[in-house]
Amino acid sequence: MTATSATLGRLPGRAYTWWVTPPPGAIVLTDVAKSFGDTRALAGLTCTVPEGRITGLLGPNGAGKTTAIEICAGLQRADSGEVRVLGRDPWRRTAHQRAEVGVMLQRGGVSAGATASQAVSHVARFYAEPWDVPELLERLSLTGLGRTTFRRMSGGEQQRVKLACAMVGRPRLLMLDEPTAGLDPATKREVWQLVTDARDAGATVLLSTHAMAEAEQLSDHLVIISAGRCVASGTVADLTADPDGQTLRFIASPHLDRQALLRALPSGFELREEPPGSYRLTGERIEPATMAAVTAWCAERGVMASALTLQQRDLEQVFLDITAEAKQPGVDTPTDDGEVAR
Amino acid sequence: MSLAPVGRAAPTAAVIRSQAALEWRLLMGNGEQILLTLIIPVVLLLALSLTDVVSLGVVGRTAKLDLLVPSIMALAVMSSAFTALAISTGFDRRGEAIKFLGTTPLSRVGLLSAKVLAVLGVQVIQLAVIAILGLILGWSPDPMTWGAVPVVILGTAAFAAWGFALAGVLRAEATLALANAIYLLLLLGGGVIVPASRFPEPLATLVSCLPSAALADGLRAAMATGDLGVVVTSMAILVVWALAGGFVVHRTFRWTS
Repeated sequence: MTATSATLGRLPGRAYTWWVTPPPGAIVLTDVAKSFGDTRALAGLTCTVPEGRITGLLGPNGAGKTTAIEICAGLQRADSGEVRVLGRDPWRRTAHQRAEVGVMLQRGGVSAGATASQAVSHVARFYAEPWDVPELLERLSLTGLGRTTFRRMSGGEQQRVKLACAMVGRPRLLMLDEPTAGLDPATKREVWQLVTDARDAGATVLLSTHAMAEAEQLSDHLVIISAGRCVASGTVADLTADPDGQTLRFIASPHLDRQALLRALPSGFELREEPPGSYRLTGERIEPATMAAVTAWCAERGVMASALTLQQRDLEQVFLDITAEAKQPGVDTPTDDGEVAR
Repeated sequence: MSLAPVGRAAPTAAVIRSQAALEWRLLMGNGEQILLTLIIPVVLLLALSLTDVVSLGVVGRTAKLDLLVPSIMALAVMSSAFTALAISTGFDRRGEAIKFLGTTPLSRVGLLSAKVLAVLGVQVIQLAVIAILGLILGWSPDPMTWGAVPVVILGTAAFAAWGFALAGVLRAEATLALANAIYLLLLLGGGVIVPASRFPEPLATLVSCLPSAALADGLRAAMATGDLGVVVTSMAILVVWALAGGFVVHRTFRWTS
């Protein structure tokens, strides 16, 4: 395993780089290109999906998310570049290697005339040790559908049947193309829980989504693609961190001795009070120790520090900024081996 | 329920058996497919054996049935192994049901094998119905009738290969139109009902090389005339068609439309 650099933050004029050892990649795409006629779906996509984590795949419509998933699932063949899924070329996998990967496609996937139980039981017979079908159906609230055939199910019910078909083989790697599209909030949370449980049990999950809340809530790692290329990747915290440093906001008595508080902290911080009683501490990086030092300093003076909030950028705004920037003509976004590129 | 990932495939035979059972249920549960595979052959057998609408060049009910029953069986095999299979596969591709299967341990070969097994299951019913109806009408099969089994299997392989070749490339609607058109053309001029030998030369030689004529000639030889040479020649022609179709499928079949 080789170490790779990950650019995690940037101050004007300089970039701070840590040398880190990334976890092994369940999916590793290197400079993958794919065209359909004159349409270029992927234009040199390079990214890594770390093993044992949930990776959210974000991108505007037409960014290439579905094409990337279909290439990783072995349904499409890349025109160029290297694709490795669990260490192998997905285009040349054997039946046993395909059993290690569960895929939920955006469209289709189940015979229109099959009931939920028939469809999931049928797929379960392809695997040596599938999940218990009745229990899986119950977890996805599909037991009440009875004789309803797939074509007569609501969009949300169809989504859940497709998810059950993807998961029933207990795969090592789950690839889910917009798994919660069309689901009501309660069912969405059931699906999130199931996906999280699968991750906690050791599976790797790649899920594409347009829902920022879902990406933020579920994902350990994010990959943002635009126009067929990876434009950013990293954890939610990495991506939402303010490039100009971090800000800790808190409320306390007005007119505290700010210089005294700053002397209790490591150097490099700035403290403002605006309006009176509302404080903003800014610095390159706010650590847990920084927050503890602030509260301890206040406590020593009998001051109640409340509403301590680490100010983060909104993921949706980050996404819009990154994808808009990538669309600008002449902007060539670096990708740093598929890690962070902001 | 343990959530720990396993991701191990079931034995290939079990995977194909499960898919074949599903395909058989889908074929037998589709009204249009039943019309094509069962009702049309039965109606043709009744109409051609009980009336003289079409001159078959033979005299007497028994001679007519000796010619008709194997011919109608050939038509039935063609309808299930080619037309019905091509149409159902084409619509499976359009509905993207088989796209998902491409991500499971069921390989492309496994899927196509399962579909052929399902067709063979449908043919057991087709051939039994036609044979029973023929017996009721007065057909007395030759003792060599069992020799028809390998001809049916090879005919199924040849037609299924070309059914897949069609469905694996064209859109579902185009597959539907073309599969029906080819079925009709082969029924009328492919040596199925009227043997290739009744056509003028060089058309007779050309028609006898078609898989439809080879299948029908082979069945007629096995069930009526007992001519082993014709049976072997027919099987050889069907093997060539099966291999050629298999090659095309291998090169062109796509999971998605």
